[in-house]
Amino acid sequence: MTQIVWFIPVIPFAGFVISLLLGKKYANIASRISTIFLGICVLLSFYAVYLVYSKGTFSVETTWYLTGKFSIDMGLLADGLSAMMLVVVSVVSFLVHLYSIGYMHGDTRFGLFFVYLQLFSASMLGMVLASNYLQMYIFWELVGLCSYLLIGFWYEKQSASDAAKKAFLTTRIGDVGMMIGILLIFLNTGTLAFGKIFGFVEEGAISPAIVTASSILLFCGAVGKSSQFPLHVWLPDAMEGPTPVSALIHAATMVAAGVYLVGRSFPLFAASPQAMLTVAIVGVFTAVFAASIAVVQTDIKKILAYSTISQLGYMIFALGLGAYVAGMFHLMTHAFFKALLFLGSGSVIHATGTQEIGEMGGLAKKMKTTTWTFVTGALSLSGFPLLAGFWSKDEILGFAFDKGRYVFFAIGAFTAFLTAFYMFRLVFVVFAGKQSHASEHAHESPKTMTIPLVILAVLAIVAGYVGAPFVSGSYSIGEFIRNGMHIEHLEFNYIPMVISVVVALSGILLAYLMYGRKSVPTDWLYRFVKPYYRVLKNKYYMDEIYSRAIIRPGIKFANLVNWFDKNVIDGFINLIGRLTVLISKGVHLFDLGVVDGFVNWTATETYNSGKRLRKLQTGNVSAYAIVMFAVFAVYIIYLIIRSRF
Amino acid sequence: MQLQAGLELKLVYFLAVSALLFGIGIYGVLTRRHLVHILLSVELVLNAVLINLVAFNAFITPGKMTGQMFAIFIIVVAACEVGVGLAIILSVYRRRKTVDVDNINILKW
Repeated sequence: MTQIVWFIPVIPFAGFVISLLLGKKYANIASRISTIFLGICVLLSFYAVYLVYSKGTFSVETTWYLTGKFSIDMGLLADGLSAMMLVVVSVVSFLVHLYSIGYMHGDTRFGLFFVYLQLFSASMLGMVLASNYLQMYIFWELVGLCSYLLIGFWYEKQSASDAAKKAFLTTRIGDVGMMIGILLIFLNTGTLAFGKIFGFVEEGAISPAIVTASSILLFCGAVGKSSQFPLHVWLPDAMEGPTPVSALIHAATMVAAGVYLVGRSFPLFAASPQAMLTVAIVGVFTAVFAASIAVVQTDIKKILAYSTISQLGYMIFALGLGAYVAGMFHLMTHAFFKALLFLGSGSVIHATGTQEIGEMGGLAKKMKTTTWTFVTGALSLSGFPLLAGFWSKDEILGFAFDKGRYVFFAIGAFTAFLTAFYMFRLVFVVFAGKQSHASEHAHESPKTMTIPLVILAVLAIVAGYVGAPFVSGSYSIGEFIRNGMHIEHLEFNYIPMVISVVVALSGILLAYLMYGRKSVPTDWLYRFVKPYYRVLKNKYYMDEIYSRAIIRPGIKFANLVNWFDKNVIDGFINLIGRLTVLISKGVHLFDLGVVDGFVNWTATETYNSGKRLRKLQTGNVSAYAIVMFAVFAVYIIYLIIRSRF
Repeated sequence: MQLQAGLELKLVYFLAVSALLFGIGIYGVLTRRHLVHILLSVELVLNAVLINLVAFNAFITPGKMTGQMFAIFIIVVAACEVGVGLAIILSVYRRRKTVDVDNINILKW
């Protein structure tokens, strides 16, 4: 029965092919089939969890390519981590499929959307079941491709197609580093299979320098895919894609792939303190950096995008500190509530026709389900007590505090404050207050869109309980995904918990005061913030910096090379061409003058000599006789002379 | 060969006579204008050759009769040739109304 696990990525892939074949005409059927397929995957994923829970890790390997002493295997690895990821990915994907039936209704390329969604789901599910780096990399790239296709889904919009290119190129930069890291590992261990590599690491068979170098290089891939600083610039632009795409790919799953990579490679990273520190610093910096930008954004999806970057930073920073369980746990809870928030925002956008929060307001009265699910998601994200986000975020902060990394803890807590603040700024502006012009026409979304919201809201509340401190032993997620790794255990401490609750509540309170009640105490805050407002609004000018420092020189160089190619190389080729024509003309002249001349001369000479020789025929018999006799006489004389000498 | 006292016949004398006759005959063939004259000259050449042959026969190989036999052949051939030659001259005269060699030259370019 364990064999059934490999069906999980195959089903959506079959769905991909079927949806392609069904085409435009049967797109509606294709969408329903796709959704059902994902539903099957959800069931299978839960079954997989059960299998791993009861029977432990299992894997299948088969040799794919054998060359000399290297053999590259393909295989399937199902352990606690993969099973958890399977559930997360398939649940969110299923709900997004269901949601998209309503959201993408009427779009000209409705069917194609599901084709891409299926391909993406298949790739992501395949990635988490990979048993070696090469296989993971194959699916990693596939996922990146699907992201490009889906961001640029409405490619008629110039900004959308630009964003798709930006996403692909930026993540590519990270992927180069990752590839080098994989190669480094392969060269030093002769294998790419996770189990074998981590075995070598534990034995200490690999030099620390190589461990550090390959960890950091692999991390480059994560920086790109999971949108960390400095390769985070693609994610906000990726919001050009349809909202279900943002929910599935850029909140819950694809961006989590980087975190998954680090989590999967945890034994490798843990062996290098320098790599861990790098990871932690990048993570915590990204978290606070993105949160600060989110505070001043006015586009609902951009706020959520920066929030995603920030939360991913949390996960990365958790892993960097050694809190493997906390980081992956946060990945799971974040997937649920972030998908919820995005789908909810999609509902809002669908209803009001705008993405600017300034144009929205007072939607609570018109869209009840959307409102309460969205607020639940926001509370969960902010770390409101007893909701899923609280358990996971608190575990991260608790870990930092417990291990004495107070700086990290402080930054993390401050970020949590900002998170709560900007989320509730969003909530109060959009849902509370007076109804704006756009909100007048708002109505609740259809069931296919609200049901996923409700399901996710429930998950956003209960999914945290598998990781709560009082749940331990075999029920806890920590035990489930440990894989026998040596994970530092968390001592339960009240102080960080209290601090994080205080921070979250004060963020919500501040947002309420500023945007809910519009009280005056906010004035002094504005005066304080004003000078920095423009910087924040412009995302610290990162896109402009990249444009000036990298893109423009790059284009200049490309122009230079183009000039060189056009003038020097083509000029050279043209020169050769002209020379050839010249030579051929010369040869032609030669042919005409010399060869033809010779032939003509032969003919003329023959004629002339004929004219001359003709004259011998005089008709005079005597002359003929004389000639005959003379020749004969000469001949006789010659014979005589010859016989004498 | 000794015939009278004081005078001996040598081969050279006969060859000289033969050569002389031959030369006169060739001169006649090449120079004369009248067709019949040319024919006569040809006869002369033949006779010169005849003398040559017999002389050789008499001095070099007196035992055999080869030269003399050959001489008789030549006489016969000469006779036939004259007959045919005269026939041709007659026919030419009838055609061209002339026997002057210089005037029979239409076979030219």
